[in-house]
Amino acid sequence: MTASHEAMWERLGLDLEAHASLLEVLGKFYGDIYLSQQGRLRGMEYLDFVLSEIHGLRIRELDEARAQGRKVVGTFCVFVPEEIVWAADAIQVGLCAGAEAGTEAAEKILPRNTCALIKSFVGFKLARLCPFTELCDMVVGETTCDGKKKAYETFSDYAPVYVMEIPQMKRSEDRALWKAEVLRFKQAVEDLTGRSITAENLREAIGLMNRRRRVLQRLNRLRAAHPVPISGRDALLINQVSFYDDPERFTQKIHDLCDELEEKVRRGKGVADGAVRVMLSGCPMAVPNWKLPYIVESSGAVVVGEESCIGTRNTRDLVDEGGTTLEEMLDAIVDRYLKIDCACFTPNQERLEHIVDMARALDVQGVIHYGLSFCQPYAMESFKVEKALRDAGIPMLAIETDYSMEDVEQLKTRVEAFVEMIR
Amino acid sequence: MAVIGIDIGSRSIERVVWDQATGAWTWDKVPTTFDPLTQCRKLLADADGCPVVATGYGRALVAEHFAELSVRTITEIQAYARGVHHLVPEARTVVDIGGQDTKVIALSPQGAVVKFEMNDRCAAGTGKFLEFMATSLQIPLDSFGDFALEADKQVAINSMCTVFAESEATSLMARGERPQNIAMALHRAIVRRTLAMLRRVGGESPVVFAGGVAHNRCVCRLLSEALGGDVIVPPDPDVLGALGAALAGAGP
Repeated sequence: MTASHEAMWERLGLDLEAHASLLEVLGKFYGDIYLSQQGRLRGMEYLDFVLSEIHGLRIRELDEARAQGRKVVGTFCVFVPEEIVWAADAIQVGLCAGAEAGTEAAEKILPRNTCALIKSFVGFKLARLCPFTELCDMVVGETTCDGKKKAYETFSDYAPVYVMEIPQMKRSEDRALWKAEVLRFKQAVEDLTGRSITAENLREAIGLMNRRRRVLQRLNRLRAAHPVPISGRDALLINQVSFYDDPERFTQKIHDLCDELEEKVRRGKGVADGAVRVMLSGCPMAVPNWKLPYIVESSGAVVVGEESCIGTRNTRDLVDEGGTTLEEMLDAIVDRYLKIDCACFTPNQERLEHIVDMARALDVQGVIHYGLSFCQPYAMESFKVEKALRDAGIPMLAIETDYSMEDVEQLKTRVEAFVEMIR
Repeated sequence: MAVIGIDIGSRSIERVVWDQATGAWTWDKVPTTFDPLTQCRKLLADADGCPVVATGYGRALVAEHFAELSVRTITEIQAYARGVHHLVPEARTVVDIGGQDTKVIALSPQGAVVKFEMNDRCAAGTGKFLEFMATSLQIPLDSFGDFALEADKQVAINSMCTVFAESEATSLMARGERPQNIAMALHRAIVRRTLAMLRRVGGESPVVFAGGVAHNRCVCRLLSEALGGDVIVPPDPDVLGALGAALAGAGP
């Protein structure tokens, strides 16, 4: 794809040489982790194609949409109410934050003990490696953790940042704050796009987002079959791609894939005979962070669910579609997003309940809790998660790591030992 | 028929040959060197036909390069659990301090792994730490523990980072502190770190101390003092991984 898109990347201000080596590494990584799998679904060709054109065709589409006057809004968190963006005919994309890129540049303006995800989005921008970031008319930050909150202050020197305040408790006062923030965001998106959000376009956007959530729910139900019909890596990739491909196309393609999956389940075909069923829980894994799932699935286990923002935390709850007035719909959005059980909340008992329920429903033999180094909220909760799971008789392994490859051998030993233990 | 267990560690490679008929076993040990594959070839030269189970950080290397043998791999955690359970069936906790890893393993009464902790990433609190410090104090590694036991005063080294701990040791030396006391402080630092891991897995008695560092009498004594005298050190504590691997090849 390189030659045909180079002019576009240059216009977007990317560092062409560094970007070319990033794509090369990514391509090799993808080949090793994804294309080496046997017996994949035909439907995964769509994902392979999207991934191969991750900085190519999709960027071209966004570029063309912008030329026609549409706006692009970039986000880093599942708290940003997408319905509002789509209702205003803008396009929302999740921004790259899953690769070790531009770390040296990022560490010039961030402390070294900052989580890999934050370093990554700052690094991608400073090193001029992410065409998505360069295309954004608005980048939405949020106050989920102190690291992100403060990083956005710095980041706003480099990109058009808008920050939403996320409450940290769930009392009525917090709901009022959150509603005020949703309304403020609505105004900001209307100002950006010059379009009013109406009951009509918001209803459509709610439908669009719910359809995308429903197809991911369908995928999650099907992947939990015995034997497991799709690798955890592939399912994670589908969740990751949901953040930046066109939602209509994505939903259609994943329904097709699910039809194929359904057929496979009916035939009783599995992808990992004799593998131990595990669930991942914790921090999000953004593209191309496939490190832990790959280690897990190379160690005699198969991942059947992700309790994560790139996973069920983003797809579990739908926005109620019963509202008829704009006010009712906005309230439904406020309520739906406030159900998110991010570790930034206190208390956050519902996350523990969701994890135990999910582990039982998926019939897993163990849970691997994934924390990014220096992510304090999830590191703190991992102790509670372990206790809740222990009380339910489900073993847990806590892993803390980042995007670098230096600890892969040690992680393998720990994951393999965990698999031996729960087998 | 014989079963071979081989444990490829960062400092040494141990091999156990287990006779399935009699339960008798013998062991050998070679340094890992910079060429572990050649060392493995020596140990597996007469393995023809025997099932081989490899463990340790080089386990995949063996599985990859000895395709003509039937090689299975298990982790060090599983291997030490098995080896220890075989020699000390009542053991409920295993502390294994090796060249670059420290592991603490909780065992069920039946000898199954129920929980484990492993040091992450760096060599803090492992045999490497002791080796580095022994070199810096110019004491042979084999006698470093005995040297530390000659301490007559308690001084503190707080850092667990090998590099920072060396700076602390250097400052103490500059102040004229006896090297024996500094050596003792370094041993205490290792044991403190190990105790923290022990607490995280529950650390039920009896505790078996294995791995290469279990040869160090000072670490043994400090660990045993901290745990109220309840530490069992089997003879040849560094071959228990290879023994466990052989047992895994023989058993279910």
